[in-house]
Amino acid sequence: MAQFIPLFPFLAFVINIFFGKRLNQASAWVSIVASGMAMLVSIQTFFEQQAHQNGSIVLGEWLSLYGVPLKFGVTVDALSVMMLLVVTIVATLIKIYSVGYMHGDPRYSRYFAYISLFTASMLGLVLADNFILLYIFWEGVGLCSYLLIAFWFERPAAAKAGLKAFITTRIGDTGFLIGIFLLLSLTHSLRFSDLAHVNVAGNETFFMVAALLIFFGAVGKSAQFPLHVWLPDAMEGPTAISALIHAATMVAAGVYLVARTFPLFLANPAALEFVGIIGGISALMAASIATVNNDIKRVLAYSTVSQLGLMMLGLGVGGYAAGTFHLMTHAFFKALLFLCAGSVIHAVHSQDIRTMGGLFAKMKITGMTFIIGALALAGVPPLAGFWSKDEILLSAYHGHQGLFMVAVLTSFLTAFYMARLIFLVLFGKPRSDISHAHESPVSMTFPLIVLSVFAIFVGLIGSPLAGHAFQAFILPHEGAHEVEINSMIMWLSVLIALTGIVLAFLVYMKGLKLPAFGGLYRLLLNKYYVDEIYQEIFVKPALAVCRGAFGFDFRFIDGIVNGTASCVQRLSAIFRPLQTGLVQNYLLFQVVGIIIFILILGGLCFRF
Amino acid sequence: MISLNHYMFLSAILFCIGVFGVLTRRNAIGILISIELILNAANINLVAFQRYLGTPDGLGQIFALFVVAIAAAGSVVGLVLVIAIYRNGKNIFVDNFNLMKW
Amino acid sequence: MFPLLSSIIFLPLAAALGILLTPRNNVRLIRTFALSATFVVLCLSVLLVIKFNSALPGVQFVEHHLWIAPMNAWYFLGVDGLNVAMVFLTALLGFLACIASGGIGHSQKEYFVLYLILMTGMLGTFLALDLFLFYIFWEAVLIPMYFLIGIWGGPRKEYAAMKFLLYTLAGSVIMLVGILVAYFSASPHTFNMFELAQVMPLFDLRLQIFLFLSFYIAFAIKVPVFPFHTWLPDAHVEAPTPISVLLAGVLLKMGCYGLFRICLPFFPDATQYFSLSLAVLGAINLIYGACVAMAQTDFKKMIAYSSVSHMGFVLLGFASLNITGFNGALLEMFNHGIITGAMFLLVGVLYDRAHTRELDQFGGLSATMPKYAFFLTFCTLGSLGLPGLSGFVGEFLSLIGAYPVFPKLTAISCLGLIITAGYFLFMIQKVLLGPVNPVAGKYPDMNKWETLTLVPLSVIIAVVGVYPAAVIKFQQIALEALLIFK
Repeated sequence: MAQFIPLFPFLAFVINIFFGKRLNQASAWVSIVASGMAMLVSIQTFFEQQAHQNGSIVLGEWLSLYGVPLKFGVTVDALSVMMLLVVTIVATLIKIYSVGYMHGDPRYSRYFAYISLFTASMLGLVLADNFILLYIFWEGVGLCSYLLIAFWFERPAAAKAGLKAFITTRIGDTGFLIGIFLLLSLTHSLRFSDLAHVNVAGNETFFMVAALLIFFGAVGKSAQFPLHVWLPDAMEGPTAISALIHAATMVAAGVYLVARTFPLFLANPAALEFVGIIGGISALMAASIATVNNDIKRVLAYSTVSQLGLMMLGLGVGGYAAGTFHLMTHAFFKALLFLCAGSVIHAVHSQDIRTMGGLFAKMKITGMTFIIGALALAGVPPLAGFWSKDEILLSAYHGHQGLFMVAVLTSFLTAFYMARLIFLVLFGKPRSDISHAHESPVSMTFPLIVLSVFAIFVGLIGSPLAGHAFQAFILPHEGAHEVEINSMIMWLSVLIALTGIVLAFLVYMKGLKLPAFGGLYRLLLNKYYVDEIYQEIFVKPALAVCRGAFGFDFRFIDGIVNGTASCVQRLSAIFRPLQTGLVQNYLLFQVVGIIIFILILGGLCFRF
Repeated sequence: MISLNHYMFLSAILFCIGVFGVLTRRNAIGILISIELILNAANINLVAFQRYLGTPDGLGQIFALFVVAIAAAGSVVGLVLVIAIYRNGKNIFVDNFNLMKW
Repeated sequence: MFPLLSSIIFLPLAAALGILLTPRNNVRLIRTFALSATFVVLCLSVLLVIKFNSALPGVQFVEHHLWIAPMNAWYFLGVDGLNVAMVFLTALLGFLACIASGGIGHSQKEYFVLYLILMTGMLGTFLALDLFLFYIFWEAVLIPMYFLIGIWGGPRKEYAAMKFLLYTLAGSVIMLVGILVAYFSASPHTFNMFELAQVMPLFDLRLQIFLFLSFYIAFAIKVPVFPFHTWLPDAHVEAPTPISVLLAGVLLKMGCYGLFRICLPFFPDATQYFSLSLAVLGAINLIYGACVAMAQTDFKKMIAYSSVSHMGFVLLGFASLNITGFNGALLEMFNHGIITGAMFLLVGVLYDRAHTRELDQFGGLSATMPKYAFFLTFCTLGSLGLPGLSGFVGEFLSLIGAYPVFPKLTAISCLGLIITAGYFLFMIQKVLLGPVNPVAGKYPDMNKWETLTLVPLSVIIAVVGVYPAAVIKFQQIALEALLIFK
């Protein structure tokens, strides 16, 4: 059944793109019903998978490469089932939310068409059983991301952000593609299931390069350093899209890719180490930027980069279960946070947290769920984020002291900026006129409530309280008994979370003045100047090269062509006056020529 | 007795007159007439060679007939051109007509 | 047997004669006549595709008659996997571009006569299997093309037409030398491509290299391969829309087709000898073309340079000399014809309204011309190689075929993918997105004729993207046979 899951949303896409105008409001329900169906089938697939473990369904041959047929199929194992559930549940809720959020938009049905296409591609991505099929859907979700970021295309910023997102991820994707080529030439197989028994002996360097190139694709998609620049700008899209694509699902595809190809990384410890380091850099860098940013969505966007970095870090230190667990919990609470932010923006029509404050009194449901999401992200027990973050810390604790410190510091910053966001947005005195602000409609608050239930409870399945059920599920061969319980780390985790929250309380509610970090503050506010640096060292030179190439083409290459022509022309100008145009002149030449010819002939005859 | 040389002499004279005419006449009709002279000079040669050296199958005479026919066709085309030139320039002096330049 | 191929080739010519007999004022009649002729050709070519047995090796629908006995030149036509898709492509684009010719403003009679002669030339080039016949058709394309650009073109039409004519003619002359050497080197003298393909590979490498180059230059100019590409932007930009469609969609493929039909089977050793150079040139085409396209502000010129860039994939796939690369190259030829044909039609739609092609003169058309926005986005995505659309499959196969042979070069070529995405999305941003341009915002959306030309192309883009075997199954056997020469 699993292979039919992406078809439901795809059908919804087809219906909405062609008949959307006629369906009007109903297009939303087409889309919602489709994801609901997909969700039901996913749940059924989950039980099937639990019943007879992993399965793989081969659908058919697509192409043949070097005479070897490239077969497409779907893979059903713990990882893909987990992703199926996360994607379908979050997508369905966010589509319900969008009914209220997008109400009255002139391109209402178009929105639901795109979001359905995205859901279909994302489901295809997690089900793919080989690199090519994954790459196809990988680009598919990238396209939807582009279309949806630039959804309000009349705003130049949105159009630009879409372009930036597509190009930046395309850079990663190209690396990914080369990685696929390299891997194909090394192993002659592109099926994920064959990765488990690759033999790297003798080709260590090549395999490492292949792993790194594939990881480069993940870096682009998951907005990791150094390709993280597109994600904050992507916040120009509708907030529901930010929640679905740029927080919960698509950006997690990079993490999913690393998890999916994990055997390849395990075989190359250096590549795995690299994954952890990049994750660490991203986590810390983004978290530090989030502490000073004033745009409610961008704070969350940087938080997403940071949390994805944390997942990469978890995978990089070998914590397969930890990384995937955090991927799942993060999807729920980050979607929740974005939807709350959307609800807030819906009410006050501003994204600048400096103009907010005191909204809790006006919007009780949004406020409550927002706090739940923030606490979950900050890592306060027993909410979801606590358990999964704890897993990552635990994995890093053994043998990766540096990355462990990074993870701890990131957790502290996370708690701090989330608390800052909550205090500035919901509490304190209103810093602008919020009298018109009101609670959002039911279609928007309902998903908030459901997601906050998830944010509270979903972490428990991986906690000691449930006997580490998640770990047993995702790593069936190792089993739950091997998961260690380290209370020291747990207490440390709680402590840093609370410290961060208390510090934020003191600074933003009690007016505690932090020692002035003028330079550091400016550096953070300007996002380490990464955009500016890229502009200077990549974008501008690239454009200059292109213009130079055109100049070269126009002046030099075409110059040679036209130069040849004008040389011939000039040469002919020398002989041109001979052609007087008078027929009699020509005849005269002719007769004179003949006479000379006859004389020569005669002379020659005479000699012999 | 009239020998082959006489014919050739006649033909050469006719030919030279024709060439001279073609080269010096300004009037297009005159040029066409001169061309006819040249062709007829050739015809005299053809027939004369046939008669004195010739092959029994009358090839020279046939050839001369061809030349006459084609010369007629050529003259027609030439006259058409002359008319066209006249319509354009109201005269038929060829030195006014140097459009074939370049 | 019914001479299907001859009817496909000469039906347009007959229609051209028919148009000569119609009164010149009755434009409607002339256009209907040309449309129905091209439509019948399309139907015949569809019939050909249906009846073509892709499981059989060798040529089918053969027509083999002695033509000029003293020269041993034959009227030899046939279809195999290499040209069946090209014939269909030519017929399809010929029909669609004929629909798009409604905007031709003057001398419609002459236009359609030349247009139909052009069709005959293009179809003949793909179907001729006798070198002499091939050369005649090859040259027969130039003359109508020269007039079509030179009379109905843009502001610099004379310059562009002359440049196109002289450039390609120079190439053809060199090819003629090659043809003659090939003809006289074979004993008995023959123009038959298959007989020559038996004989030529036996020659020593130096002669092969010389002959290869003489053919290659003619083909390289047509493809066009760097550095012979500069006629292309001029010709494309100045040509009227339907002619640009045929130029990009069909004429460029004649060069690529020549590489497969003549260069490789005749001179396998020389091809092998030059494979690295060809791959390097392919990579240059790809990246350099993309870079130059990025620097354009003229919509049509950008698409023209994107063709240069895309032909890099064909060259790369050809140079890889393996079945995957060949499949990719041939598929890319077909796909590029479809996609770029559609792109030029789309440029034409905009030009008809705005009479300018400067990208800055537009903006926000997504809001005012939704149908146009859909087709433009769709074709652009196809062109930049989005998986699921046809462009991707050809590019992917070419690259994956070339990778094992030239790993580093292929990896560098992939840079082109990024730049391609860059300039295409940049174009989308300037034309479709952003605030609505006050002038461009008033343009009407595409009418039903314009939509009609784009729907079939878009359907093919989607179908081939999802199910590439639809095209590949036709070419597989012929390409495998080519590899035997190696």
